[in-house]
Amino acid sequence: MLRLPPFSFLRARDVAEAAGLLAEHGDQAMLVAGGTDLVPKMKRGQLTPTLLVGVGHLAELGHVSASDRGVEIGAGVTLARVAADARLGAAYPGYVQAAASVSSPALRNAGTIGGNLCVDTRCNYYDMSFEWRQALGFCMKKDGDVCRVAPASTYCRAIASSDTAPVAIALGATVVLVGPGGQRRELAAADLYQDDGRCYLTKQPGEVVESLRLPPPGGWRSAYVKVRRRHAIDFPLGGAAVALATTGPIIEACRIVLTAVGPRPLDVSAAAEPLVGRPLAEVLGGDVGLLAEVAAAAVKPAKPLDNADLHYVWRKQMTRRAVEQAIRQAARQPAPHGAPAATFGADAAGGAKRG
Amino acid sequence: MTAVDTPVVPWTGVVGRPLPRVEAAAKVTGAIAYADDLQLPGMLFCKLLRSPHPHARVVSVDTTAARAMRGVVAVLTGHDLPTKYGIMPTCEDEQALEHEKVRFVGDPVAAVAAVDEETALAACRAIQVEYQPLAAVESIEDALAPPDGEPLHDYAGPGNVHRLAALEFGDVEAGFARADHVREDVFFFEGNTHLPMEQHSATAQASDGQVTLWSSTQNPHYVHRALAKVLGLPMGSVRVVAAPLGGGFGGKCDPFSHEIAVCKLALVTGRPVKCTLTREEVFYTHRGRHPTLMWVRTGVDREGHILAMHFRSVLDGGAYGSYGPASMLYTGALQPTTYRIPAYRFEGARVFTSKAPCGPKRGHGTPQPRFALEVHLDKIAEELGIDPVTLRRRNYVEPFTRTVNWLRVTSCGLQQITDRVLDASGYARRRRRLGHGMGFAVSSYMCGAGLSIYWNTLPHSQCVVTAGRGGVTVFCGATDIGQGSDSMLATVAAEELGLQPGAIRLVTGDTGLTPVDLGSYSSRVTFMAGNAAREAAAKLRQLLVEAVAEAEGRSPEQVQVRDARIGSLGFEEAVALAEERFGTLATHGSYTPPAGIGGRYKGAGVGPSPAYSYSAAVVELDADPVTGEIDVHKVWLAHDIGRAINELAVRGQVEGGVCMGLGEALMEAQAYRHGLVKQPSMLDYKSLTFLEMPDVETILVETVDPEGPYGAKEVGQGPLLPVIPAVVSAVHDALGVWVDEVPVTPDKVLRALEARARGRDARYGPKSFPVVPYPPLVKVAPPDAAAPTL
Ligand SMILES: Cc1cc2nc3c(=O)[nH]c(=O)nc-3n(C[C@H](O)[C@H](O)[C@H](O)COP(=O)(O)OP(=O)(O)OC[C@H]3O[C@@H](n4cnc5c(N)ncnc54)[C@H](O)[C@@H]3O)c2cc1C
Repeated sequence: MLRLPPFSFLRARDVAEAAGLLAEHGDQAMLVAGGTDLVPKMKRGQLTPTLLVGVGHLAELGHVSASDRGVEIGAGVTLARVAADARLGAAYPGYVQAAASVSSPALRNAGTIGGNLCVDTRCNYYDMSFEWRQALGFCMKKDGDVCRVAPASTYCRAIASSDTAPVAIALGATVVLVGPGGQRRELAAADLYQDDGRCYLTKQPGEVVESLRLPPPGGWRSAYVKVRRRHAIDFPLGGAAVALATTGPIIEACRIVLTAVGPRPLDVSAAAEPLVGRPLAEVLGGDVGLLAEVAAAAVKPAKPLDNADLHYVWRKQMTRRAVEQAIRQAARQPAPHGAPAATFGADAAGGAKRG
Repeated sequence: MTAVDTPVVPWTGVVGRPLPRVEAAAKVTGAIAYADDLQLPGMLFCKLLRSPHPHARVVSVDTTAARAMRGVVAVLTGHDLPTKYGIMPTCEDEQALEHEKVRFVGDPVAAVAAVDEETALAACRAIQVEYQPLAAVESIEDALAPPDGEPLHDYAGPGNVHRLAALEFGDVEAGFARADHVREDVFFFEGNTHLPMEQHSATAQASDGQVTLWSSTQNPHYVHRALAKVLGLPMGSVRVVAAPLGGGFGGKCDPFSHEIAVCKLALVTGRPVKCTLTREEVFYTHRGRHPTLMWVRTGVDREGHILAMHFRSVLDGGAYGSYGPASMLYTGALQPTTYRIPAYRFEGARVFTSKAPCGPKRGHGTPQPRFALEVHLDKIAEELGIDPVTLRRRNYVEPFTRTVNWLRVTSCGLQQITDRVLDASGYARRRRRLGHGMGFAVSSYMCGAGLSIYWNTLPHSQCVVTAGRGGVTVFCGATDIGQGSDSMLATVAAEELGLQPGAIRLVTGDTGLTPVDLGSYSSRVTFMAGNAAREAAAKLRQLLVEAVAEAEGRSPEQVQVRDARIGSLGFEEAVALAEERFGTLATHGSYTPPAGIGGRYKGAGVGPSPAYSYSAAVVELDADPVTGEIDVHKVWLAHDIGRAINELAVRGQVEGGVCMGLGEALMEAQAYRHGLVKQPSMLDYKSLTFLEMPDVETILVETVDPEGPYGAKEVGQGPLLPVIPAVVSAVHDALGVWVDEVPVTPDKVLRALEARARGRDARYGPKSFPVVPYPPLVKVAPPDAAAPTL
């Protein structure tokens, strides 16, 4: 069996203490919630914290609450709970689809939405044991200084593999972070990520994700289509999150965010421009060419590399198809009720908008 | 002689009934102790240091720092275990720990015993090995090219070629000359691994120069031999106990480094030592399916009768010999057991590459050529405009005949399994629409190899049955690897003695306590150990019957044996009586395959078997023309089992075989990149999950083999074989393209569709077959077709 290396574990009393401990111990410390990402990676020596700060048990992180500002989900809420929540399912179908598609039932019972937002980027030159990586020569993500899949690359090309992050971004969600002194800040979900597989999060090392805030329900239809080999367990090989706002039968705005095509979730909402102002019926039935054109434009900036399962050309082709499917799925959903898109900040994550 | 449909024994109290396996309760409750569950007082833990290079000279190994570490008790290098070994006497090319050169990433170079695994691992990391890297040999093409520097081994050759064979039976050129139609195809079958749920584990204990090894092994007898040789001990000083296995599939058939290392460490330290491999190490231990490139050329007449066939293969063997020479010959041996091939030429080669060694995996050497052959016949049928099933039926071998390569065929239910699988699946009436397809294929497999791995005069299986106040005990070297051999032994003994299987105690797979059975490979256990157990138990029954008959003043024929009664006595009373009459009740039985079931040419040792099982599959699937993804809906599998000793266990084996076959057909690949295994984890090495596993309808056909125990034949391996070509055939049925390379992944399907869209050949697969330095043909006269064989 692979052994877990020795480490200390501290159960934080509250979020502020967790942030304080992180700040105090610097890069020796990491947060642990469900541990489903962290623990296997510690066994393989990919992550080498000597102190784990437990936050999974904190009641502060375990809430799902609604207000007129939207729905707030604590970072410690498990994926299984999100997946089973009918209210969330009705309001944010894409988000719930994404949560339900993560790994397997057992891992969703332990895995949290906060851990999923922060899940490590993946690469099949990196997700290997210490001995394997040593045999090949280490890479810049851990212990080395070159990128094994793209040796000329100046940054790490490990793949953003969170299923829920692209939907959160498409919905214009925000993330609440708590710093070492207990200070809070709210950040657009899109701004949590940056284009480097090594330092893929923009949060400060001492910051804890406290919650995810979804915009008020109503207004956005949403869908998530995930590309992978085995639907019972595998990480995404590509995929698309789509959020669609309408006024009557007319598309007002459409956001598209791709997953697993590069080091961060890729917002390609600009590609949705041709849809804005068009009737839903055109998307659903009539204009096949229109959807195909949008999907082709959406995946144009995606540059999957040979560092995940199956051929990268196939992954890109399938991501294009995922975009089409996600748009169609979203368009087919019942008309959203509640406030119109504009009243809950359709601008938060940019996106193509009727102008 | 023809097949009969009625059972050959009058009382079938247990044979043929779908009974739960004898160890089922212990397995599902977790009570069973697998090798890694063994805990001994004072036990040390062993870790192996493995090579980070695909090919390198070992310049020096410095263990000073490791030995100085607290908690480290002993460190071994290749100097401590210099004797070479290997499962086949012709290629004993392995060393438990290599001290001269390493040949793949993962090749073991040192072993540490320490108070816990963490310390052992830290000590491994503290060992300083100086390597001088050599050119890696990454592919069949690399291996066939003149070596860049030194070849992997200094025996065999030329270069990195390990083994070659070239055989011709009958006049192949004349056959082609007479043919109305000749077709050639090239195929590639990617390597894959066994993926047992249980990682290999071994624990050794030594005292007074005697050593006992408990190991997850399929073949305790062969491990026993290797240990005696490498440790330099008489066989009587070594005992190997096969622990209950969490799956083998051929992956636990060789003697392994970790088994040898723990024995040596136990001898050196005087303490028990355990080594359990990590999942990644299991990928290095491997001995899995050989990646195989194949070329086949067949000549047929207008009706599709085969007139001549020429089959070429080249196998990527990885770094060591293992069972390789046999694996290679198997790629040519069994084609004639399903189809009448009047003239047949086989040229085979196995090459060394700097990868984890390949070896026997379920179907050993035959899934690759079966895939090639069946798909090739489909293509011929398509060209001739003949229904592919009809074309096959025209060529099916008849029962009780001999093949062109001298294999004796006895019971053969090819026609019946074909009828039944077609009926059940509705293959002939299938509705055609784009993206939906059905495929059909057949296969055969051996019920045990006719010859042992090494030449010896031992019976292939031996069994002792005792009865006394402690009940009935069966002693047999056979090893239950999850296939149900314990249940089979208990059922056979119970049947003969009028008992239920639960009443039989078993002592199996223990070289210190049980007579030799050669092992759980080549689907030999039911046929061979079953016959041995039946003989032993029947002799015991005879003693009981005689004693009771004498006491009751009746003739033995009048004494009924059934329902735990012998005549008018209860079983225990009868045992007491017989013990009084005959002394200790211990009987024995053994099995040796009959002579003359194969030919007399070099290479004739591979292929002969006392019987062959037959399987036919129909696969129904959707293949998406946009994504290339394949969704298998259902598999119908008809299997000529001879006779099902335990129907439930047989169905379990069929379903397991179908599952593994689909995995190989659709996703499994032990692939390499930069000399390293690309997917050494269960998440990254893709195999079927329950979600992908379709419905399986199993149809058992009983042809009652004249020599199998109660007419039984094998089921452990055969049903996997037709599944793979049936998938490929169904994909063609659905989309009109051929994927001539396994696994059939979605990207390959799309590449084939693209090729067709561009007006090229509507296929994906290897373009050509390399030039292989096959030796001159050995010409073997085929048997006289007219002569009866039995
Ligand atoms: C076999 C397998 C398959 C998987 N498949 C998928 C998949 O398909 N899709 C997918 O998205 N994921 C997958 N995962 C990864 C993982 O299970 C999920 O991403 C899960 O949601 C992680 O949550 P966790 O609570 O277990 O995180 P942890 O493992 O506890 O933590 C993950 C990371 O997040 C950080 N973290 C945790 N909580 C916080 C917080 N509140 N604030 C700041 N940082 C925090 C940790 O420090 C760590 O860096 C898979 C994992 C395995 C083992």
